[in-house]
Amino acid sequence: MNEDLKKTLLNPIFKGNPITVLVLGICSSLAVTVQLKGALVMALSVIIVTGLSSLVVSLLRNSIPNRVRIIVQLVVVAMMVILVDQVLRAYAYSIDKQLSVYIGLIITNCIVMGRIEAFALGNKPIPSLLDGLANGAGYGMILVIVAFFRELLGSGTLLGFRVLPESYVPNNLVILPPMALIILGCIVWVQRSIQKDLQEK
Amino acid sequence: MCSYLAVSKNVKTANGLGIAVIFVLLCTLPLNYLLNKFVLQPGALAWLGDGFKDVDLSFLSYILFIAVIAAFVQIVEMVVEKFLPSLYSSLGIFLPLIAVNCAILGGSLFMQQREFLNVGEAATYALGSGIGWWLAIVALAAIREKMAYSKVPAPLKGLGITFMVVGLMGMAFMTFMGISL
Repeated sequence: MNEDLKKTLLNPIFKGNPITVLVLGICSSLAVTVQLKGALVMALSVIIVTGLSSLVVSLLRNSIPNRVRIIVQLVVVAMMVILVDQVLRAYAYSIDKQLSVYIGLIITNCIVMGRIEAFALGNKPIPSLLDGLANGAGYGMILVIVAFFRELLGSGTLLGFRVLPESYVPNNLVILPPMALIILGCIVWVQRSIQKDLQEK
Repeated sequence: MCSYLAVSKNVKTANGLGIAVIFVLLCTLPLNYLLNKFVLQPGALAWLGDGFKDVDLSFLSYILFIAVIAAFVQIVEMVVEKFLPSLYSSLGIFLPLIAVNCAILGGSLFMQQREFLNVGEAATYALGSGIGWWLAIVALAAIREKMAYSKVPAPLKGLGITFMVVGLMGMAFMTFMGISL
């Protein structure tokens, strides 16, 4: 059992990463990765939402009728997102403004729904919570890597502090959304060169 | 965005999904606009009487918007199943997945930020963003069909190269607005 829990926790972070292997949740990873700070907040919010909604759905799994499960799941997820949004608005208003609609779009982030459908509906609450948290973390990791490169090359800063010397001319191309996709492509490239079994024919 | 990558393997299904998205967007956005104007905005419930003037329900908007969208997708699914069974079987699972398509909920959320003047304006915005999505998915599907004949490094095959193609396409679309570097 302990071995299983460990696998549940570690698998989504590298080997079964939700973004680069399962192709879930691409949408928000483009928009919020211009600044490292926004990416960190977004990553944290997603970890909380996936973990808690997996837990709640797993607790309810025996009483949800199969036919209306999508709507029930959406309501649970929407409730968690509203909680996160209200907390952010109260304690970090400027970041909330910067992330704008993308906090709301966590609802339609396929990672959340995907993990609920694939894992939480058929497993006990504790493994579901761990699975949700781990998938959120795997997503957050990619988000932070992309944001690291975009902020470093795009503005020469990290978390708002200047890292590269003043003489560095910022590459504004990296700030545009398409570059996030190209960086993601490179991450996939690196990962699949290491793990040969993931390559497609 | 996820269905954007998953369904764009051939032009025909991409086309069907694109049209379904245009339709759902065109129906849900004006509906959500009315919902926002008469129920959710701060002070929107004033038509119920003076006692409701200070009610602010905007924190409920995510739940209501997603409920409207989910209900509409359900209707579209039933209609397509009844009258166009061939299209239904070719779209398969991706039809219900429109409900979690970011383009649609995103449309409603941007609409809330932009403060359109009337329903017509909201509907035009929906039509525009729907057609844009359709154009992009059909173009990507066409590129991917052609790409089957080209030599791509093995680790980059499939997902990796698709990301990069989308990135380059995004840059091409951006030139319509003009890029300032």
